[in-house]
Amino acid sequence: MKKYIFILAALLVCVAPRAQAFAAFACEPEWGSLLHELAGDAISIDVGTSALQDVHVIEAKPSLIAKVRRADLVVCTGADLEVGWLPQLIRQAGNPKVSSGPGYFLASDQITTLEKPSKLDRSEGDIHPQGNPHFQLDPYRMLVIAKALAARLGELDPAHAAQYQQRLADFTTRWQAAIKTWEAKAAPLKGRKVVVHHLSWVYLEQWLGLEQIGALEPKPGVPPTSAHLASLVDLTKNSHTLAILRAAYQDPKPGDWLSEQTGVPAVTLPFTVGGDERSKDLFGLFDSTIDKLLAVAK
Amino acid sequence: MPKNLLLPYCFAALALAPAAAVAAENDAEAQIRALDARIRALEADGEKLRQQAAAALAAADAARAELEKMKETLAGAEQKQAEAAQQAQLAAVAAPAEASASAGGANGNAFNPAIAVILNGLYGHHSQFPVDARRAGFPVVDGFGTGPQGFSLGESEISFAANIDDKFYGQFTVSYDDDNGKISTNIEEAYIDTLTLPEGFNVRAGRFYSNIGYLNSHHTHTDNFVDRPLAYQAFLGDQYGDDGVQLRWVAPLDLFLELGGEIFRGENFPTAGAEHSGSGAHTLFAHAGGDVGTDSSWLAGVSMLKARTNGADDGFSGDETLYLADATWKWAPNGNTKDGGVTVRSEFFFDRRRGELVASSVADDAALDAVDLTDPALAEPWVGERRGAYLEAVYRLSRTWDLGYRYDKLWAGAGDPYGSGFDPMRHSVELTWRNSEFSFFRLQLSRDEVARGLIDNVLFLQYDVALGAHGAHKF
Repeated sequence: MKKYIFILAALLVCVAPRAQAFAAFACEPEWGSLLHELAGDAISIDVGTSALQDVHVIEAKPSLIAKVRRADLVVCTGADLEVGWLPQLIRQAGNPKVSSGPGYFLASDQITTLEKPSKLDRSEGDIHPQGNPHFQLDPYRMLVIAKALAARLGELDPAHAAQYQQRLADFTTRWQAAIKTWEAKAAPLKGRKVVVHHLSWVYLEQWLGLEQIGALEPKPGVPPTSAHLASLVDLTKNSHTLAILRAAYQDPKPGDWLSEQTGVPAVTLPFTVGGDERSKDLFGLFDSTIDKLLAVAK
Repeated sequence: MPKNLLLPYCFAALALAPAAAVAAENDAEAQIRALDARIRALEADGEKLRQQAAAALAAADAARAELEKMKETLAGAEQKQAEAAQQAQLAAVAAPAEASASAGGANGNAFNPAIAVILNGLYGHHSQFPVDARRAGFPVVDGFGTGPQGFSLGESEISFAANIDDKFYGQFTVSYDDDNGKISTNIEEAYIDTLTLPEGFNVRAGRFYSNIGYLNSHHTHTDNFVDRPLAYQAFLGDQYGDDGVQLRWVAPLDLFLELGGEIFRGENFPTAGAEHSGSGAHTLFAHAGGDVGTDSSWLAGVSMLKARTNGADDGFSGDETLYLADATWKWAPNGNTKDGGVTVRSEFFFDRRRGELVASSVADDAALDAVDLTDPALAEPWVGERRGAYLEAVYRLSRTWDLGYRYDKLWAGAGDPYGSGFDPMRHSVELTWRNSEFSFFRLQLSRDEVARGLIDNVLFLQYDVALGAHGAHKF
């Protein structure tokens, strides 16, 4: 017993001087990137997942608990996207700063969501009662979230509040200009039809005027079956479909199969920051997404 | 013309010259005057033209300027329009400031806890049944057997969980267990957790599963096999939970490190009798974990359970010390463990007993029948060490399928009560099909060497489903 107390005391001494800069934990790379836009190198940012992971089914890994333990702010998507792991991280980390209150920032609380189901029944697949959580590809929602996040950073770290606001203003200017460029560039995509792997693209579709005519998953979260894929062949072939869309982390096989059957190109979009070479930040993410869509529109 | 003919003309000309000159002079003057007038007129005209041209130019400039101005205003209007459109878009997607005031209202159910129901059913077929399930060196206790024959309802449970207020979280889990026709309702867990202790501290109080080892704190429906490893069954009666308090601390390091201890009443196996005025069992545990690259994660720990036991299910009374070591390694491409990869886990148990076997408390009916419970001389010393271990590997083929193998072994001294020279062991393979995160079906085949020469080949079919709240599981 004494031995353990000694080890505990020794550890406390070791870790006590680690008082450091404001630390934020982002569940997904897009929020890590947004935090970087708003705070630069003034804060430390840990990102829990990568663009090559399916964030619906992350495990509450020890490394993530350690990161949440040290965070002053947790920034996550919400809308139940992280329901299978974030509550476990928060409860195990024992960090009251982020368990509730201002240190717990959910992007979904700042915006309205699409596809709120009118009927909640798991026979409909993995549905989210609070609406579709894949809103990071709507630049307008991103800007609303940026404003709320800058305010939250200022609330938690008042010493640098002016700096966050100033960086927000700078980001807003650049982002609004970028939106104009993207919208002008993406004009030829308007009205084009797409088949998607998972319902990950509704916000992008709404923004760019794409029309979704089918999904490889028979129901949200249910892996594609061969029977369901076969049922999509005629529809995809006969609708002058622009592309079959999937995210960088999704299994390419079902989309490739449908592409072979129909001649419609399967396109892997980055989906979030880090999803491809160009998606180094939020601007790159949108640049790459639109360019990849335009490349098949020609 | 000859030269001499020119002369007379010259003279004539000379003679006439003065008169002609006067006349010519008058003419030229008039002409010059006229010319002068014309030049003046022309000059005036030119000036006029120049003035007109300049005016025209100025007018043109003015027009151009006006045009520019107009263009600018137009662009400004467009810009403003675009900005207004952007603002409108932003306003449309921003959450309303008064976040759905109607959501709460008079609805008394708004704060209902999250409810999750686990249903579990089992079919078992044993090549040897009934068997004297006493494994060499390990008497039968509740939760330690070869499993039921035929159809049976597995452990089905219902749990409620919610934040109680700003400082506490509560969870309540009741399970329904069918033990040979006796349906028992069992409060599996009923505890509160603190939410706001600073510096990584957590206190839990109530009835809960101890945090020793790896599997002990996990509910059985998250296991990779139908039944618990032999070591868990033998040393902890499947899972050790009791009434008590737990203190846990997570270190603020890059590495995950948790340290903690518990004090329990000491009523449930392997403890009994609630010794030390109802605080008969103490535990200490330490777990560490982290990532290796993007594909691998690990978790390892050491724990200890120390208890004063009076009349445990297996007849033991005395001091019991149990040491556990656990290690888990998960590998999956990019850490997508639900879509593929391998999980390897092993735990090792070491148990030291200093006490005696009191036959009167033996739960093993067969053994009970054979002894005279009133005879105090039946108490025999039980001093010795026993060990147990398992190693399991599960290969996840896809989101739907996984395939696993587990090796179990127990060791007890030949001189121990119930002991023999044989060490029980078991091989198991399992195949699981998952339709979604909420349901799975499992086939398991085991070759269970219960005692020397006694081999039970077992087939299990299991379903396990979760209704209601989406659970968040531990690593």
